[in-house]
Amino acid sequence: MENKKFNFKENTAQALLDSRLRKNLKFAMGAMIQKRRAVFSNAQELEKLRVLGNSIRRRALSKLPELLEKLENKCTENGIIVHWAETTNQACEIVLEIMQKHKADKLVKGKSMVSEEMHLNKFLEQHGIEAIETDLGEFIIQLAGETPSHIIVPAIHKNKDEISKLFHEKIPGTPYTEEVEELNAIARKTLRKMFYEGHVGLSGVNMAAAETGTLCLVENEGNGRMCTTVPPVHIAVMGLEKVVEKLEDIPPLIRLLTGSATGQLITTYVNMITSPRKAGEKDGPKEIHLVILDNGRSKILADPQLRQTLQCIRCGTCLNHCPVYTRIGGHAYGFVYPGPIGKILTPQMEGLEKAGAMTTASSLCNACEEVCPVKIPIPELIRRLRNESYDLNGTVQGHGYKKHFMETAAWKAWELVNRIPALNAASTKMAGLFGHMLPKAGPLKEWTHTRTKPVFAQKSLHETVKEQGVAHE
Amino acid sequence: MNKNRPEKVYFFGTCLIDMSYPEAGMAGIRLIQREGVKVIFPPDQSCCGQPAYNSGFPEEAKAVARKQIEIFNKDYPIVVPSGSCAGMMKHHYPKLFENDPDIKRVRAFSSRIYELTEFLVHVLKIKLADKGEPVTAAWHSSCHAAREMKVIEDSKSLIRQLKNVRLKELENEHQCCGFGGTFSIKHPDISSAMVKDKIEDIKNTGASIVLSGDCGCLMNITGAMDYHKISIKGQHIAQFIWERINGE
Repeated sequence: MENKKFNFKENTAQALLDSRLRKNLKFAMGAMIQKRRAVFSNAQELEKLRVLGNSIRRRALSKLPELLEKLENKCTENGIIVHWAETTNQACEIVLEIMQKHKADKLVKGKSMVSEEMHLNKFLEQHGIEAIETDLGEFIIQLAGETPSHIIVPAIHKNKDEISKLFHEKIPGTPYTEEVEELNAIARKTLRKMFYEGHVGLSGVNMAAAETGTLCLVENEGNGRMCTTVPPVHIAVMGLEKVVEKLEDIPPLIRLLTGSATGQLITTYVNMITSPRKAGEKDGPKEIHLVILDNGRSKILADPQLRQTLQCIRCGTCLNHCPVYTRIGGHAYGFVYPGPIGKILTPQMEGLEKAGAMTTASSLCNACEEVCPVKIPIPELIRRLRNESYDLNGTVQGHGYKKHFMETAAWKAWELVNRIPALNAASTKMAGLFGHMLPKAGPLKEWTHTRTKPVFAQKSLHETVKEQGVAHE
Repeated sequence: MNKNRPEKVYFFGTCLIDMSYPEAGMAGIRLIQREGVKVIFPPDQSCCGQPAYNSGFPEEAKAVARKQIEIFNKDYPIVVPSGSCAGMMKHHYPKLFENDPDIKRVRAFSSRIYELTEFLVHVLKIKLADKGEPVTAAWHSSCHAAREMKVIEDSKSLIRQLKNVRLKELENEHQCCGFGGTFSIKHPDISSAMVKDKIEDIKNTGASIVLSGDCGCLMNITGAMDYHKISIKGQHIAQFIWERINGE
């Protein structure tokens, strides 16, 4: 997937040709939107909760260094070994070292976007270690040799028929079936063995409470609990923004997260992990590691406006409600985080030259901002990144990469026409007289792919009001 | 919102109405005049600045915005027949001028902005008598009228006053039609897919006309309907209402 040949326009064009993908996504997104609406049916209650969620996240970010230090101290006190990684490569190396220390060649993984960000599976494979995805969606896409196309529902782009075929072809001895229960049973049977064979389990972290050193992990399948309790060693990986101040900050965030993500009041499993197995306890890993990853986050944190990006709790609801995501799916974005949140997060992490193109793929319809449970002003941040794309004095890596004489000159001309009344009158007049003769070139060529040419009026409103005697003072 | 009935109002025509839909602008003006309010149309007005603002050129947007603020300088309400331009002037100007010495003046300007249907309903409390033939009309909510100005119920309540008009709401009313200004030419493929779904939705209502408060959406939707040879008309709500109450 990643990103040497990243050509967003090509990706989107290709995705749009895939009618099965369009159909799968339209169906799935429709269902997700309905579920969310049902669980948040009380608008006032939701608004109160969003305000609370926003304030919890903002408070955490405002004292992040202090909270991270506290988290480290508390975790260490509790017996969790804390590691810091500035880059994804460092994070991968830390995981590898732990694996090697325990002579483990199998890693069982719960769902974790940070591990995707690290491209951990590929890294481990290169070092002779097998990483096994145990979340059903992740299991499916791993069989298919793909990456997640959604933050929460990684295999959302696939329908049942495709999954049936995949299981039949890729899991030895599996008869073809379209029964959902049977498909589930096949995955369960295949995976159950892996939990016992894996020496090390890996998970993400949904949020971590600095106050108590507690790692909170929500999930529905129970595989996360398997990964974090069955193997003797558990590694948790988290982005450094996932810390919150207090334990009591967690319940409202869980409610927002699960309600927004899957339309659930709460998930089937909520794991609160505070220490490795203690003397006399019957289960749990003997060793827990926490890897805290930066990967550009501290730079994002430093900018008071862009910092809002880090409020994200990875619920994916902005993807579900985004008309662009729904048309093209997650793979078209070409990076780990797709959809509206990806449009603001990825260019800040990877740089604008590499990933800035995706900021143009938004009609700024504001649907993402409307549903964001922690009130990230995504359209405002998209605008900011668009500005930075042209601004030689910007702060985001790769700023000014798009500054180009022609486009700058065009907008300067636009400014003059709209600032100088005589120019405005003349250009409107020209459009009325010659607009119909414009060749289908440039922007008009793009417009007329699937639309007729815009019609320009013979007489502008300016002229009409003058004729009709509307007052002008 | 100031709900007192003013003697005079400013009318901001929008650049798209000026160039392509002047009759929609005139209808908006007539609807206000009909209520006994004097409409002032400052001739030096142009564009709200949104195209540059959304495209990564805030300085150019600001220069054009500043011009409008200078022109609409008296303390009259400013009525805008577009949820998108009204949203820009009401909600984004203060952000654009956040660190500018003129910010106070900008905020005062923004507080005088009304979307047309909002103004007709809440300030003029307009009553409409329908003289038209029975018709089924579909309604398209523009994203910014819905999410920035929050005036969709006002627009619909005006249509509901017209007794011979059967108002049909779209199944996916709150999905963007794919216009998004320069988005439609920067990503024509995605935009086309969006507008195609939108016209499918409109077709499903069985309506013979689709109404909206934003000419950008209308240009996109009617352009796509023409291209696909679908004979559903598109009209700005102001023009539709004006024609109905005058039996045109």
